[in-house]
Amino acid sequence: MQSETVLRLRPPRHRVSRKAIGYWTVRALPGWLIVTAAQVIWLLNDDGHRAWHVAGFVATAIVAATHLIVMPQWRYRVHLWETTDEAVYMRSGWLNQESRIAPVSRIQTVDSERGPIEQLFGLANVTVTTASAAGPIKIHGLDRATADRLVDELTANTQATRGDAT
Amino acid sequence: MTVLEATQVDPSWRRLSRRMLLVHPVQEVPRALPAIIGLLVAGSANGHAWWGLASLVVVMAAGVLRWFTTTYRITPDNVQVRRGLVRRRELSVPRDRVRTVDVTAHAIHRLVGLTRVTVGTGRSDRKDGGIKLDGLTPQEAARLRVELLHLRPTAVEVPQHETAARETVVTKLEPRWIRYGPFTLSGFVTVGVIAAFLSRLVNEAHVDLGRFGPLRALGLRLEHTPLGLAVLEVIVACLIFVAIASTAGYILAFWGFTLTRHSAGTLHVSRGLITSRATSIEERRLRGVEVSAPFSLRAVGGARLIAIATGLRVGRGAERGGTLLLPPAPETEAERVATEVLRVAAPITAPLERHGPRATRRRYTRALTVVVVLILLVLALRWLIDGPAWMWQAALVLVPIGLALAVDRARQLGHALVDGWLVTRQGSFVRRRSTLAGDGIIGWNLHRSFFQRRAGLATLTATTAAGRQHYEVLDIELGTAIGLADATTPGLLTPFLTS
Repeated sequence: MQSETVLRLRPPRHRVSRKAIGYWTVRALPGWLIVTAAQVIWLLNDDGHRAWHVAGFVATAIVAATHLIVMPQWRYRVHLWETTDEAVYMRSGWLNQESRIAPVSRIQTVDSERGPIEQLFGLANVTVTTASAAGPIKIHGLDRATADRLVDELTANTQATRGDAT
Repeated sequence: MTVLEATQVDPSWRRLSRRMLLVHPVQEVPRALPAIIGLLVAGSANGHAWWGLASLVVVMAAGVLRWFTTTYRITPDNVQVRRGLVRRRELSVPRDRVRTVDVTAHAIHRLVGLTRVTVGTGRSDRKDGGIKLDGLTPQEAARLRVELLHLRPTAVEVPQHETAARETVVTKLEPRWIRYGPFTLSGFVTVGVIAAFLSRLVNEAHVDLGRFGPLRALGLRLEHTPLGLAVLEVIVACLIFVAIASTAGYILAFWGFTLTRHSAGTLHVSRGLITSRATSIEERRLRGVEVSAPFSLRAVGGARLIAIATGLRVGRGAERGGTLLLPPAPETEAERVATEVLRVAAPITAPLERHGPRATRRRYTRALTVVVVLILLVLALRWLIDGPAWMWQAALVLVPIGLALAVDRARQLGHALVDGWLVTRQGSFVRRRSTLAGDGIIGWNLHRSFFQRRAGLATLTATTAAGRQHYEVLDIELGTAIGLADATTPGLLTPFLTS
């Protein structure tokens, strides 16, 4: 069953939009604001422990800055996508990475969505679902024109093959 | 199965069985009981004792009305149900969406010889997805089953001469399988329910269990025995109780279990001692089977068998339990039934490929990380509340448990590709060996966490519309994962491969 040559999965061909870097940064901000807010509340309710407060703020600042600088750049290098007439192929993540492949013949819905932050950056995401609850392929950070083109292309391809796709 | 001769489906509106006029009122009363009691109390407080009686009559009348307002019919394309008096509702389900027909009969139903039919459409994860017809005679239910599953307009590939309904028995419950009952762990659920009930009783109704004779005697006795012995006694008593409850549950649920194959292409399961239940699964929706066993059942050589079928999500909604093909039984029997159901033997018994030392190491690091974190938490807690020393000593028990779990989890990992069937096995607490047809796989997810990438491993997930929706091959080498995916679904990965 096993052949001697080791097979490799090459990365998908297309990068997402560069603007996605900004989008991921903005999306990660609220989490760190909550952490900072919690520390401020602690500071206001506690008179002593000065050194601890300073240490806490410094640690948060360092970790947050690293996360906000490294994560979007890393994601931009990992997030890739590609479609052929037969399949949709996507890679996502940063520390934990995931590649997903689904045959076009098993696609059930294709939809495109623009959240408020995405609109700010002129981005859109495309979700491709199959009949499996575990199989949605979500491509984030596409610019609007690419997303629209992708949806049209996939819809046309999907209509070519019929059946109940299970 | 004499009904099969009628190849034409009767499209006229039908009613539920007239005997439901007896069942519906009785069924409605317990549901409305709080309201009735409330009215009774309120009524007698201000001298209108008849309020309670009147509300009872209203509820029973509503039950009777249900019979008059519910009708259903089967058209060439749809199954339709109309119900409701004030708010008329018509529910329509396309017949080619019908995936299962489930016939249940509770105690009251069995008294008057009726059944409840649930028509499953595979949207069990949403509420109100299926059609429920409460109250058909067994003959009517059987006829409906045949009409919906065997006379469907799209049913092809069954030659006409073969529809001379043949039903062959695949397996039947043997009374000696009941010895697997104590090992099913289902008794723990029962114990949990009883414990929750008792604690609510104590908290809300202020019942003092200490005043209850036998319990007080028991409590006094335990107080006078040494702590170690008392703990041991309580554990043994609990285990015995769990074993008895599990066995009783086994008998109640699986008595008379029969799995038959209908020549028109369905598998038919019927079971139950008091509440009887019959389920049909279309074979064309079957994508594989899963042999699973919790550790206790494995210790005595038992296993159960679950169908992997599209539209039947394991353990969800109305079809809960509808996928069971064999209750806990000898493992060899589970394998035999699996072979017969899939009509292929090799994938069921084939030896599996192991996942190697790096996967094993991950099992150890993961189990021990959890154990260390838990022990640190216990230590922190002890430091905070200034607790006794036995706290961290007791926490050390977790180390051997974690190690044993890691050893077994590593040993159970395995995968194989046999004649186009993907076989994957994992788990220790509950071990599952899933056999999934390659053409039932509708996508691949290749997940690599930070630590998996450092170890050169990946978790390969086959997504499917059937059963659990996703079947994982845990921690296999990246190259093997891609080779396995490529061989299972030929062509799908080809454009993305480089060697």
